[in-house]
Amino acid sequence: MSSAPSAPAAAKFGEVIEASVERLTGQCHALYDAPPLGALVRAGDALFTLVDGVSTAALDPGRRVIARGAGLDSESDVYAEHPQLERLLRTDVTLTVVGHRDGGRIFRHLPPSPPRIHTFLYACSSGETAAFMEPADWTAILLSGALPAADDVIAAALRQAAPCFPDPRAFLMSACRLIAAQLPADAARLAAIMRRLPLDEPGV
Amino acid sequence: MTTANGVEPESLESESAARERVGAVVGGSLSRGLDVRLEAAPAVENVKVGTFVTMQGRFNRFFGIVTDLRLDSSDPRAGLAVAFGGAALAEALSGATAYSTASVSPMLTTSAEGEAPQPARSLPPHFAPAHRASPGDVAAVFGGEDERHIWIGSPLDMEETRVCLNLEEFVKRSNGVFGKSGSGKSFLTRILLAGILQRGTAVNLVFDMHSEYGWQGTSESGYAPKGLKQLFGARVSVFTLDPDSSRRRGAATDVDARIGLDEIEPEDVGVLAATLGVTDLGAQACHTLKERWGDGWIAEFLARAPDELAELAEKIGENAATLGALRRRLRVLQRLGFVAERAEGGGVVREIMEHLADNRHVVIEFGRHGDNLTAYLLVANLITRRIHEEYRRRAERALATGGAQPTPLVITIEEAHRFLDPGVASRTIFGTIAREMRKYRVTLLVVDQRPAGIDDEVLSQIGTRIVCQLDNDRDVEAVLSGAPGSRELRGVIARLEAQRQSLMFGHALPMPVVVRTRAYDEDFYAAVGAAGANLSREDLFG
Ligand SMILES: Nc1ncnc2c1ncn2[C@@H]1O[C@H](COP(=O)(O)OP(=O)(O)OP(=O)(O)O)[C@@H](O)[C@H]1O
Ligand SMILES: [Mg+2]
Repeated sequence: MSSAPSAPAAAKFGEVIEASVERLTGQCHALYDAPPLGALVRAGDALFTLVDGVSTAALDPGRRVIARGAGLDSESDVYAEHPQLERLLRTDVTLTVVGHRDGGRIFRHLPPSPPRIHTFLYACSSGETAAFMEPADWTAILLSGALPAADDVIAAALRQAAPCFPDPRAFLMSACRLIAAQLPADAARLAAIMRRLPLDEPGV
Repeated sequence: MTTANGVEPESLESESAARERVGAVVGGSLSRGLDVRLEAAPAVENVKVGTFVTMQGRFNRFFGIVTDLRLDSSDPRAGLAVAFGGAALAEALSGATAYSTASVSPMLTTSAEGEAPQPARSLPPHFAPAHRASPGDVAAVFGGEDERHIWIGSPLDMEETRVCLNLEEFVKRSNGVFGKSGSGKSFLTRILLAGILQRGTAVNLVFDMHSEYGWQGTSESGYAPKGLKQLFGARVSVFTLDPDSSRRRGAATDVDARIGLDEIEPEDVGVLAATLGVTDLGAQACHTLKERWGDGWIAEFLARAPDELAELAEKIGENAATLGALRRRLRVLQRLGFVAERAEGGGVVREIMEHLADNRHVVIEFGRHGDNLTAYLLVANLITRRIHEEYRRRAERALATGGAQPTPLVITIEEAHRFLDPGVASRTIFGTIAREMRKYRVTLLVVDQRPAGIDDEVLSQIGTRIVCQLDNDRDVEAVLSGAPGSRELRGVIARLEAQRQSLMFGHALPMPVVVRTRAYDEDFYAAVGAAGANLSREDLFG
C-alpha cells in the first residue's frame, strides 16, 4: 500500500492556523495555491483531511480589498501593476478531518487530538490517496455531519480519488454501495451524490 | 458451487469451508418462519424455494427449507430514485437499500456434531449466518445409504448429494405418491418398490393398472424402464389378467390369473355400485341371492332366463325390476375376459397368498383391462379384501401364540382416489387399511393424480407423502391436509418442476425436502439387482 516509485511525493502547500479535532483551517504558502475541493490533505504525519472549502481574502481582516482594474485590459495586468497584492492577500482552506494514521495503520475516523498550529499541510500523493480512500468508510463522517456542502465534498473526493485506482469504476461503485448502506431510507440522497460522479463516462 | 462436490467433509472447519454462505437471519418467528436476508449477488439469484439451508447459532445448528422469496426495500421511494438515476444507482442500491429476503422454515436442530437432529423448538439468534446445506448436512439429517435407507434423489441444486429414505419407517404407515400426469409418479414408485424388494423390508403386492411395474414400462423419452421382474427375477411373480397382451409385449409372466364368478361376493358388487350403476336395492338383493345360492350365486342368477325373474322375485321377496336391472349389470362382470364360471384350484387369491407367504413379490398386470375401471376396482378390491383377512388372521395368531409376525405387506394401487373417494372409502377394504394403520402389518402405497378425490380421513392417515407437481389448488390443499407448516409448504409445491421433482415429507423423513428423483437407469439396475440386465429363464421363474 505504499506509493508507486514514479508517483510524486506528497507536496507541502501550507500550514494549520486553526485546529479542532473535527475541523482545521489552513493557510496556503502561496496565493491561490490550494488543493481543489475534495482533495485529500495530510496534516503533519498523522492526520487525513478533505478540503471542504477554499477562500481568498485580505491578509489583514481589518482592511478591505478594493477594486484595481478600472484602467486595465486584463486581470493579469492587475497583479503585474500591483506586485504587493501577493503579500496583502491570502488563500485559506477549510478541512474536514476524516481519519488518521497510527503506526502503520490507517483509521477512517477522528483522531484523539487536533494537530498543533503550524503543522504543515501536504496534498497527498496518488499512492496515499488510494491507500486511504478505499474502503470509503470516511464517508460516514461527512454523511452524518452538518456541513452544508457535504454531498459535494464526498462526490468531489471520490471523483479525484478514482484515477488513483486501477479500476476507477469499481472503486466508485463500491463506495456508492457503502454510502447506500448508510442511507437505508434515503435513496434520493445517494442518487444526488451519484449524479455528481462520472460513472457512465468511458475510461473512468 | 462449493457444495456440489460430493465430498464428505471430515471436520467441522473443512465443512464450513464447503458451505456457501447465503445470508444472515434478520427476523421472523418459529411459526411463520425466519427471514434470512440474502447477501451476495449470486445467493440472491441462486437460492430457490425448496433450497435446503442451515443456520449456525452459537450452540445449535438449525436446518430449514426456503419456502418463499421476497424483494424488500428499506426506502419506499427507492424505485422512484432508480427510475431517474439509471443503472449505476440501481447497482449501488441493490443489496443495501433494496435486498432479497428468504423465508426459511426452521425444521430441525442439532446441538452437537454427530447428534441426531431434533425438531426445532428454538430459534437461531439474530444475524446467525445462513448457509446452503453441505453434503454432510444432508447426510446428517437423512442418513446415508444402508440396509434401511434407500437413496431416492438429490436435494435442489445439489446433484451429487444423496437424500435417503428410511424404508423401515416408510412401510410402517400407508404412504402416497401424488402428482399430475407425467410428473414422474410411476418412476418414483418403481424406485421405492425396488428398494423395498432389494432390502426385503416388506413384501409387495402391486396392482399394476398400466402394466408398467412387472415387465418393462414406457417413458416419454423413448427408453423402456425395466420392470421388477426383469430386475429381480424369481423373487417377483407376475400374475396377468390379460395373457394375450403380456405375450404380445414379450413380458415374462408366472400365472394367468382368472377370477371365478364364485369368488365375487355381494360386498364386491357394493363397491362397484357406482361404476356399474347398481342401485342400493340391487346391492341388497345380492345378499339375498348369496344367502339362497351360496358361492355360486352369480352364476345361478345369471343362468335364469329373463321370464323366470318374476317368479324368483316373488320367492325371495325382491322387486322384479330390481332383479332385472341387477342381472344386466352383473352380466358385465361375466363378460370380463379374466372372469371364469368358477375358480380353478384354490382360486387366484390363495395362489397369491402362497407367493407372498414365500416372500415372493406379486405384481398383478391388467393389460387391456387397465382401461376398464370396473375390472380394476373389482380385482383390486376382491384380492385385497381376502389378503387382508388372511393377514389379519395370521397377525392375530402370531399375537396369541407369540409366534413370528408375517413380513409387512405393502399394497400399491394406482388411481387410488377411485377406491378412496369419500363415497366408497368407508366401504372399500382400502379405506379400512389406511385407517387401521399397520395393526395387521398391511399398508398402502397409493399413487394418484387427484388427491383431492381421496377421503379426508384416509388422507390424514397417509404417513409419508411424496408430492410431485400438482396444478390444481384443491389437490395441493389435500396433500397438505394435517401436515405441520402446510401454509409454507404450499408455496414449495407450487414451484416444483414439471418432472422428476418432488416435495417429500411426513413420517419417514426427519424434515420436508425437495428432491430431484434419481435416474432410473442402468446404474440403478446395477445398484439394486445383483441379477442386472439379462436374466435367464431360470432366473426369471426359479
Ligand atoms: N427418475 C426418473 N428417471 C428417468 N426419467 C424420469 C424419471 N422420473 C420421470 N422421468 C420422465 O418423466 C416421464 C413421466 O414419468 P411417469 O411415467 O413416472 O409419470 P406419471 O406421474 O406416472 O404419469 P401418469 O400419471 O400419466 O402415469 C417419464 O416418461 C420419464 O421420461
Ligand atoms: Mg404413471
